[in-house]
Amino acid sequence: MTSEIVLQAFRFGFLALLWLFIFAAFRVVRADLFGGRPGRVASVPPRAAVGRKRGSRGPRHLVVTAGPLSGTRITLGEQAILVGRADDSTLVLTDDFASSRHARLTNRGGQWYVEDLGSTNGTYLDQQRVQGPLLVGTGQPIRIGQTVLELRS
Amino acid sequence: MTGPGTDPRAATAGSPPPPTRRGTELLLLGFAVVITLVAQSIVDLTMTGSLTTELATFGTWFAGLWLVAHLVVRRLAPYADPLLLPCIAVLSGLGLVMIHRLDLSGNTVGASATGEDAPVQLLWATVGLVLFIAVLLVVRDHRVLARFAYTLALVGLVLLAIPAVLPASISEVYGAKLWIRVAGFSIQPGEFAKICLIVFFAAYLVDKRDVLALASRKVAGLELPRGRDLGPVLLAWVASILVLVFERDLGSSLLLFGIFVVMIYIATERASWLFIGLLLFAGGAFIAYQAFGHVRVRVDTWLDPFAYADEGGYQIVQSLFSLGTGGLFGAGLGGGRPDQVPVAKSDFIAAAIGEELGLFGLVAMIVIYLVLVERGLRTSLVVRDGFGKLLAAGLAFAVAWQVFVVLGGVTGLLPLTGLTTPFVAYGGSSLVANFGLVALLVRISDAARRPAAPPAPTPAKLTDAPTEVVGP
Repeated sequence: MTSEIVLQAFRFGFLALLWLFIFAAFRVVRADLFGGRPGRVASVPPRAAVGRKRGSRGPRHLVVTAGPLSGTRITLGEQAILVGRADDSTLVLTDDFASSRHARLTNRGGQWYVEDLGSTNGTYLDQQRVQGPLLVGTGQPIRIGQTVLELRS
Repeated sequence: MTGPGTDPRAATAGSPPPPTRRGTELLLLGFAVVITLVAQSIVDLTMTGSLTTELATFGTWFAGLWLVAHLVVRRLAPYADPLLLPCIAVLSGLGLVMIHRLDLSGNTVGASATGEDAPVQLLWATVGLVLFIAVLLVVRDHRVLARFAYTLALVGLVLLAIPAVLPASISEVYGAKLWIRVAGFSIQPGEFAKICLIVFFAAYLVDKRDVLALASRKVAGLELPRGRDLGPVLLAWVASILVLVFERDLGSSLLLFGIFVVMIYIATERASWLFIGLLLFAGGAFIAYQAFGHVRVRVDTWLDPFAYADEGGYQIVQSLFSLGTGGLFGAGLGGGRPDQVPVAKSDFIAAAIGEELGLFGLVAMIVIYLVLVERGLRTSLVVRDGFGKLLAAGLAFAVAWQVFVVLGGVTGLLPLTGLTTPFVAYGGSSLVANFGLVALLVRISDAARRPAAPPAPTPAKLTDAPTEVVGP
């Protein structure tokens, strides 16, 4: 009789223990979602945006400020923007210093990131060579060969 | 930027350093070890009526394993996700207990001389830990892997092909030719090939995703890719079919093709790839059903297992009885007869768990897998480089897909495949390979959660310097 009770206690006790573990794991997941947020993104404070309230509105245009295409303006949407000499790029450069697939600008949650696609001469954000994806602030110059791009709101 | 060697504390001048959450991990690992030991004690008490010194040995070894893993992560990947290790600790603990329990009732697969498989499995877990540490030591930055993508693809394909060309006496077990059996050891190279190929897929698709995302025309709301871009997916399809033909392994074939299709979908964000994948799958499935006897047997026994209960359907029928006996709360550890199911330790360990822990226990196991996969996908969202994103998503999906296919087979939802339940099922290759897989996830999650280093200070005089030209 007692052994039967013990067995039942084992049976349900162990299941409770297993679900307690899951509960503990979910608490960690929750803390990750709503608590202190690790994995923040590297951001160079944008020059033009200093002192302006952040997060009010994201950039809406990509403007070429220097180079052969100077003055070109592209309206930003959700799609990624591919910059390079290849014909299927969003912004087709005619620049000997640019690679055919040079850089990509991607929108992640309203913020734009620039990413170098393994170009020969590199992509520079504010004189900093782009190694991995970098957050681009409004008015920060992106230099690709002889071309300079800027995000404008 | 996020490379190793940058001091994370230097990054956050002013604000407090972000938590590494290693303490949480240690706590949960302790919890996982306690769960395993409690389970082991219940099994021993229920089945033999006493606790043996073996329990202490097992407990020390198992706890030591995870302590070492924790210390290594603390040292080599301090910002890694705190849930990855505890999840696999609980899963492998559950597996070890279940294998031990089946040892006690004499259902052995006969891998060891003593007829006990649990110590062998613990040994394999130790080998897995060695691989785990080796991966973390060698791969200091996951982006480096992209450079070896084509080498890894070759390694993966060779591993995949080895059992097919070996004579059947070495490579065939239960009709599936996917083993290398040498001197008492059996290795399933396909498990390692899986990881190599995922790395290759990630590197390749990151490179080509802009082309693969190009649309030719829109049909019924779907943007179809251009005809000439179908090459890679057709190649993956042919490779899967070849695996099916030459190794007679439905599981690996399905696993590889599924992973490739989902990764191409994640890379291009085009749902049309999923439909193309499904169409190819349907075509392949139809041809396989018509052409290969072993596939037809699987499908027929899946559609009506009880009609074939004495032949091909025996396993699945026993498995269904096992799950049915378990009911909601199970028979209790050591209280059921899961040894009635053939190969209960490897292919049907989920049925054994379902019988002894019931639906609540089996769902708990699935939820733990879910947490593991969620952490992988979350890593994929947070990490900043495209290769890491795709790799993490691919690895996480591989686990999810494998669990789905295995549990689908055991519960009769899908035709039976030869895949193993990751971390839980008996089998050295699967366990070791999955430790390697989690090591990669730990490495990527460390990069994802590590606070960004400040941008390198640039000399002021370079302000208007033109872009430097480095060669043609």
